[in-house]
Amino acid sequence: MSITIGKGIPKVDAQHKVRGDTIYADDYSVPGMLYGKVLRSRYPAARILALRTARAEHLEGVVAVITAKDVPHNELTARFGQSTSVGVQFEGIYRVLADQEVRYFGEPIALVAAETPELAEQACQMIEVEYQPLEGIFDPVTAMEQGVRQVAEKSHNIASHFKIRKGNVEEAFAHADVIVEGTYQVPYQDHAYLEPESGVAWVDEDGTINIRVSSQVIEHFREVAEVLDLPHSRVRYLGTWIGGGFGGKEDITVESFLALLAWKTRRPVKLTYTRTESLLTHSKRHPFFMEYKTGATKDGRITAVQARLISDAGSYSALSPWVLLYATVNAAGPYHVDNIWVDSYAVMTNTPVTSAFRGFGAPQVNFAYESQIDRLSRCLGIDPLELRRRNFLRQGNSLDTGWIYDRPVAICEAAEKAWNALGPKVTSPNPRVAIGHGLGAGMCSYGRLTFLHDTSRSYINLELDGSAVIRCGVPDVGGGQGHILCQIAAEELGLPIESIKLFITDSQLTPLAGTTTATRQLYMSGNATLKAARVLRKRMLEKASQMLCVPVENLQVQAGKILSTSQPEKSVDLVPLVNRMSTEGIELFVEAQFNAPFTSIPASEMIEGQIHPDYTFGAYAVEVEVNRETGALRVPRIVACFDVGKALNPVIVEGQIEGGGIQGFGYALTEDMKIEKGIIQTPSFAEYLIPTAVDVPDLETILLESGTGLGPYGAKGIGEPPMVSIAPALTNAIFDAVGVRITSLPATPEKILMGMLAQEEGSE
Amino acid sequence: MEIQSDLKVTIRVNGVAVSAPVQAADSLLDFLRNQARATDVKCGCNQGDCGTCTVIYDGKAIKSCLVLAAQADGKEVRSLKGLMDDPLMQSLQNAFLECGAVQCGFCTPGMLMASWSLLQDNPNPTREEMRQGISGNLCRCTGYKKILDAISLAAAQLLTEHAAAGHQAGQALGRSITPGRESYQASDRLDGQARAKAEYLLLGGG
Repeated sequence: MSITIGKGIPKVDAQHKVRGDTIYADDYSVPGMLYGKVLRSRYPAARILALRTARAEHLEGVVAVITAKDVPHNELTARFGQSTSVGVQFEGIYRVLADQEVRYFGEPIALVAAETPELAEQACQMIEVEYQPLEGIFDPVTAMEQGVRQVAEKSHNIASHFKIRKGNVEEAFAHADVIVEGTYQVPYQDHAYLEPESGVAWVDEDGTINIRVSSQVIEHFREVAEVLDLPHSRVRYLGTWIGGGFGGKEDITVESFLALLAWKTRRPVKLTYTRTESLLTHSKRHPFFMEYKTGATKDGRITAVQARLISDAGSYSALSPWVLLYATVNAAGPYHVDNIWVDSYAVMTNTPVTSAFRGFGAPQVNFAYESQIDRLSRCLGIDPLELRRRNFLRQGNSLDTGWIYDRPVAICEAAEKAWNALGPKVTSPNPRVAIGHGLGAGMCSYGRLTFLHDTSRSYINLELDGSAVIRCGVPDVGGGQGHILCQIAAEELGLPIESIKLFITDSQLTPLAGTTTATRQLYMSGNATLKAARVLRKRMLEKASQMLCVPVENLQVQAGKILSTSQPEKSVDLVPLVNRMSTEGIELFVEAQFNAPFTSIPASEMIEGQIHPDYTFGAYAVEVEVNRETGALRVPRIVACFDVGKALNPVIVEGQIEGGGIQGFGYALTEDMKIEKGIIQTPSFAEYLIPTAVDVPDLETILLESGTGLGPYGAKGIGEPPMVSIAPALTNAIFDAVGVRITSLPATPEKILMGMLAQEEGSE
Repeated sequence: MEIQSDLKVTIRVNGVAVSAPVQAADSLLDFLRNQARATDVKCGCNQGDCGTCTVIYDGKAIKSCLVLAAQADGKEVRSLKGLMDDPLMQSLQNAFLECGAVQCGFCTPGMLMASWSLLQDNPNPTREEMRQGISGNLCRCTGYKKILDAISLAAAQLLTEHAAAGHQAGQALGRSITPGRESYQASDRLDGQARAKAEYLLLGGG
């Protein structure tokens, strides 16, 4: 008998969001504030021969100009929140401002703070940069070769390399009845959150730098402190409600710039990127080039998978090694395969920085392995669902790293439910229109890599009037990361959700809860909050037991009171109980820490054993209509089915699936980021087309609740997983409709049309 | 930010006349956010593509980044904050809450304005007309389904209330933003059901 768990209670933050009261990063202003602006590189690869700032500095209204030489610690080792070193293959440089060389178009070179945004812009134009253009390295495949110019300060352009060796693929291929080979390419994707990167910083009376910023990671206060050569305790992040993140606000965006400008000018500074600036220069999803070879028996048992993955790591490695590792671990998908061989490479180029994006390496390989399965199904003449059924991972099977997955796997049920919901395929009354059905299944981890030793903390205290405050450093990107903590506390403490005040994301006042990334907040901070609430609940029950002379096990917490289950007339209201506890000096607050399972750091590029705490499994089934004459595509139906463990708030869970699915729809069909010689050619929402309401159908969602997740009440994470599996479901449906195999995303009408024309030529 | 300019405009923002100097290139959006402090109007692209800056201008929903501040001299502008007492906007706000149409919330003010404008012009839109009505407003979080559900719910409630008002003239339409507990029921969110219910009530049932 849950009070709040399992209920679609409107989010606490939605209340102020529908009133327009939410103060996002750029909505905040401080009296006497200056405006920051970033001067960026006009070349994708060049040496900086000279940098002259005098003219800009003398412009009236310009208060500060900062270049690399002014940054106390301009180069840091890029980290992923780890507190101990995890080896060089996971490391790269985080450079605040370009020094002697620029590696990508739009790389920051100088910072300006001025009285108005216009003056700051004008000052940027007055900074003279003398460039000596260098040969740009734009193609990661050729960048791997010997003798190619090195993009970074390394002996070669390969930033990271991982391997999986399970069983014996050579032998398995030799015995396979059928072998399917395919080459796949997936493009950049921009997060396209509607709130551009933004923040305001100021220096306190005691010399602490405060940065109010839209960030998924308030723990970056440490890096910013290192940039300024200050103690960690002298930089404070005040996180805002984030206007969308999707991984794009995981790396530092404006914060170091803000801190430097505020520190130098001793005045508050605001810096907000323009949309063009954001699209041109912030990090993107990694393009991947993938070669796959899949072997199977004639009755459809997959015996071997071999994959070679090359990711475009861009000009700074950022989170590329980690994304590559996730892709490597996911390379064979949610299937039980005895023989797997994966070689993966992240390769540096003079292109935009590539880093975290919802799915974090999983959507890329998913497109390849699900296309392979579809090809295999055509080749063997086995129905796509049936072929998957014969190979799906089951409890007790091993993943490609050899880790025995000893938890229930509902992937088969998810695929069946999604596929069956689509129903039988019909023929269009319009002869020009071909209808196709496609299936895509997949897996995605939740929680961080187990060797990163992840933790989260949360604090709850009861007020004397029976209300409560939660303090937790959880950045909220809109997925209910904060709200769900209120539902958990309300459930455990028997409080109405309205009486809980949520206080989040202040790096000095909220217990640190870790990053809002890796689909980890419900799992980590949910468990930390649950732990805190249960300690508090126990204290309340013990006191009530004493007051009522009823044993604790016969008491229950319900709607603001504690009552006896055996003698209903015996009860105590929360308010007198809390006051009694306070009088007696019983602590009315708890701070709890939750630790994820820990494993040791991989000793080499060979990836073995447990890498993630757990996985979320799910599937998409879609119906497409392809115009045989033009290649135009319409998608009338999308059905998603995910095992979410337990939907603590079904409306939020559906929202994650609907939103993630449509973001994947854009990745698959409409988002075509054109890049030429390292320069993005589509830097606006008029050119880079994220789906609008008229482009998409109502995504139908089926929730499975196996109750087997590691989160509170058996929940699994659902933030990133819906981004996986929709792209291959769509391209498999296109094949089903017109027999054209799309091997590079996005699947534009042009590609479909060219595919159909090639078929006609082939048949003539 | 102090602007040095000879060009001074007066724009009525949510019923209050705001006079301030502007630069020739300033947009109405700049004026609203910086001079009128209407930060409920968001800036997602400043290029007319995203719709987060949608306001009601001379009675029509427009993207305020595409209008010059100078052009708007003497005009009447309403943002979300200017419609807080409007029964239709309140219905929409409630429906957005109940349907889970708000994730990051950055598109929400603009989306509410576009939805309001749509239902002003067409109180009983089809799903397709709703899609068209909000097609100038991008949302990266929701996939639009719950936004469309919310518009349907608000439209259905409006129709129901008009039907009820027909019987009880003068009945107040205002409502609280905080929904009642019973409104958490997922089944009430469904577009089709809500519409069917409204039509049933319109036809004299219930």
